[in-house]
Amino acid sequence: MHNATIKSLAADLAARKFSSVELTRHLLSRIRALNPKYNCFITVDDAASLKQAQAADDLRAAGRAGPLTGIPIAQKDIFCAKGWLTTCGSKMLSSFISPYDAHVVEQLNGAGAVNIGKTNMDEFAMGSSSETSFYGPVRNPWNADNVPGGSSGGSAAAVVARLAPGAIGTDTGGSIRQPAALSGICGLKPTYGVVSRYGMIAFASSLDQGGPMARTAEDLAIMMNVMAGFDARDSTSLERAREDYTGEIGKAVKGLKIGLPKEFFAEGAEAGVTGAVAAAISAYRKLGCETVEVSLPSMKLAVPVYYVLAPAEASSNLARYDGVRYGHRAQDYADLTDMYKLTRAQGFGQEVKRRILIGTYVLSHGYYDAYYIQAQKVRRLVARDFAEAFRRCDVIMGPTSPTTAFRLGEKVDDPVKMYLNDIYTIPANLAGLPGMSVPCGFDGSGLPVGLQIVGNYFAEAKMLGIAHQYQQATDWHLRVPPGCEG
Amino acid sequence: MKWEVVIGLETHAQLSTKSKMFSGASTAFGAAPNTQACAVDIALPGVLPVANKAAVECAIRFGLAVGGADGLSRRSVFARKNYFYPDLPKGYQISQYELPIVKSGEIPIVSPTRGEIKIRLTRAHLEEDAGKSLHEGFHDFTGIDLNRAGTPLLEIVSEPDMCSADEAVSYARALHALVRWIDICDGNMQEGSFRCDANVSVRRPGEPLGTRREIKNLNSFRFLQQAIEFEAKWQIETLESGGKIEQATVLFDPDTGETRAMRSKEDAHDYRYFPDPDLLPLVISEEWIAKIAESVVAVGTPQVRKNEYIGSYGLSSQDAWQLVKSRETADYFDKVMARLGKHEAKLCANWMNGELASVLNRDSLDITQSRVSSAQLADLLARVRDGTLSNKMAKEVFDAVWAGEGDPDAIIEKRGLKQISDSGELEKFCDQVIAANAKQVEDYRAGKDKAFNSLVGQAMKLSKGKANPQQVSEILKRKLAS
Repeated sequence: MHNATIKSLAADLAARKFSSVELTRHLLSRIRALNPKYNCFITVDDAASLKQAQAADDLRAAGRAGPLTGIPIAQKDIFCAKGWLTTCGSKMLSSFISPYDAHVVEQLNGAGAVNIGKTNMDEFAMGSSSETSFYGPVRNPWNADNVPGGSSGGSAAAVVARLAPGAIGTDTGGSIRQPAALSGICGLKPTYGVVSRYGMIAFASSLDQGGPMARTAEDLAIMMNVMAGFDARDSTSLERAREDYTGEIGKAVKGLKIGLPKEFFAEGAEAGVTGAVAAAISAYRKLGCETVEVSLPSMKLAVPVYYVLAPAEASSNLARYDGVRYGHRAQDYADLTDMYKLTRAQGFGQEVKRRILIGTYVLSHGYYDAYYIQAQKVRRLVARDFAEAFRRCDVIMGPTSPTTAFRLGEKVDDPVKMYLNDIYTIPANLAGLPGMSVPCGFDGSGLPVGLQIVGNYFAEAKMLGIAHQYQQATDWHLRVPPGCEG
Repeated sequence: MKWEVVIGLETHAQLSTKSKMFSGASTAFGAAPNTQACAVDIALPGVLPVANKAAVECAIRFGLAVGGADGLSRRSVFARKNYFYPDLPKGYQISQYELPIVKSGEIPIVSPTRGEIKIRLTRAHLEEDAGKSLHEGFHDFTGIDLNRAGTPLLEIVSEPDMCSADEAVSYARALHALVRWIDICDGNMQEGSFRCDANVSVRRPGEPLGTRREIKNLNSFRFLQQAIEFEAKWQIETLESGGKIEQATVLFDPDTGETRAMRSKEDAHDYRYFPDPDLLPLVISEEWIAKIAESVVAVGTPQVRKNEYIGSYGLSSQDAWQLVKSRETADYFDKVMARLGKHEAKLCANWMNGELASVLNRDSLDITQSRVSSAQLADLLARVRDGTLSNKMAKEVFDAVWAGEGDPDAIIEKRGLKQISDSGELEKFCDQVIAANAKQVEDYRAGKDKAFNSLVGQAMKLSKGKANPQQVSEILKRKLAS
């Protein structure tokens, strides 16, 4: 059961081969066995999950089941889920039980999906390794000494370890795609505004976007059909006609023009990564695709620009964690200012503090124009580069991450090195474009490599179709990490 | 040497919307603490703001009323003002900074020293209110009530165009009348729906602006007056005794009538304003503006109505200003005019701005609570016009109507208050007076006008006050001339 895709599980549930309660029990027992090793989950609540599974079975019995009914989906602990501890990987929210559901959670619940648990993550989604969590680091199922990527590392590791067929994550600078690549699964960051941010704990509002993580592109499409959609409670949510994200699954890719940005292939990526990506592109050529070199000249500025804008927004977004109304509050304090200082000093970890400080600095009087305004201008240049590139190609491809999964502790003390791991993923966030990662091989150490596909605005269905064709021709996504076969 | 006082006002008008600026929670005043604060208002993790369309409409109405469509930004931007305070749940206030919704306008006022002048508006922008910190009734800690958090406000900023506390109060009153007139704010100052911050500085004539101090949160016209007067005097005295004014935020203490510094420039916040990424720029279409403009034209503005009264009724500027102090007052006046005829505008203005205003003030009522209806006042004035009542008698009837004794005609009938206009009867009174007051008659004929008034008074006395005084004086003049 645990190796099956969402699509085949749905078929089996429909054929009454097993019930959602049985499926959920099975995965809960796997989580019980494997979570101590990988630390994918912060919260598992058997009773709550099984109650949802039973409700899903009832829904099916009543003849009202949909494609996700009864399917266990892991939820990154950044999504507010009513009655569930929702920590965002932080001590600050280590006692916060959400009184409401995020829009995405509502959509999943409405479709009858089962919340199989809340997954571990970098604190407030700030990190690329899932090491900054208050709940300890997540370990990569391919090699437990290595990180699974981040910040949605718990979701990625859970999916590749076959603890859940799918998971939801969020991507601000690569937080879905990079862990998908480093863990060997698929992940999609939709066009900004396609998935509502309501109830998704904010890191950097203008960049944050929720999306699906699963082992196949087709499963991502099935999840997107439930997750996407207009939500009036998010002013940046886009009002568009409902779209069938599975619409281009099975469509041939012959004649497709793939743009290869020279900046993605210039230098910096490990040989194991460039080799696997080059092979994937050859595979597409064999499927009848053309390739064309394109250029994203502003890309070299993407990381610095991101590390101005994201911390600026974060410094303000995280101001609400002040110990006054909910969450952690320091025990002993002299006065109000002292209470704020101690609460935030105790409640936030190093990386979060670093980014709050950077963000506060760049928004300060006298620095705002030089940093924030300048960064916004460059952000527009990055978007313009993509627009220019998309005049010459249908999609852009390249590596998702310059490295495969690195060792725990290897970069955690060197923020710049850590930040550069997102060099290929950040541009899509800055431009608001959809991007995804698909497993495309392994390096010499047996660690997975991800192929990144970036499409034009609202090209998700097309991208998923393109990735699906590749997965039909390859079996990378079928490989199971040792010890997870069950 | 003389000093010039320079004043600019920042006014917060709470917009009369049902729900909050960025959430669906109710704005009703006076509910139990924290019962009107939803997930968005208490800033739970993950919640997002959505701008209230009704509040935006209020701002557009205001912009149209003070400056027309040209003063409205077609695109304005919500920004975050970042600071920590326990009653500010998000750690930032959503406001507008670089691009406000209203970018210009003016408020005409009557200055006691400079006559009719226009106070220019720098801007008006939308923002949300904070909650309240409650220090009373708690031992050793502070209570936080977030009911007010997120309430929509329009902050209206004037240029430093006022030069006395009187002018500042005139401006505040005119603004207060306007926001109530166009139905965007209930103007309730006790509940904090309309409150002013005053920026005050002094300088020698011709010199550049002096350093200003900002007096915060003045919630009555009287406090505004007192605070500015005290502050200006304090600044002048400080400078004259060789001191320097430091930029500061000050509070006014109504008990002592003094202002005192709350924080200096050194500990001023760096608010780190930046555009709120959770909200799209606020774009307003020409169609929307045109639609709202129709309703603004329908209710008019005090300025428009005042000009009408001067133009078509020939009222003085001062009379007209008083009649437009609220839309209800102007509507009352219009109703009296409709019943009585426009030729009696001056008579009606005198009565409304005099007798009626004074009893309303005495009984702390507003015009909608007047115990003399517009129809009753019109009927009463009709009896003055046709000579049935003298002014003095009319006041008596007015008081009786106010006391609930019935309509004017019924009261006139019941009290036998009809003025004597029968010239035969009046001639008799006059003859008697002339015969009995030879000395005064002589004085009058010798050119002493005062003597004449005494004769009229005698005749009125004889008639027990019912004689038409105008007729009496005409008859007397005629008789004494012969």
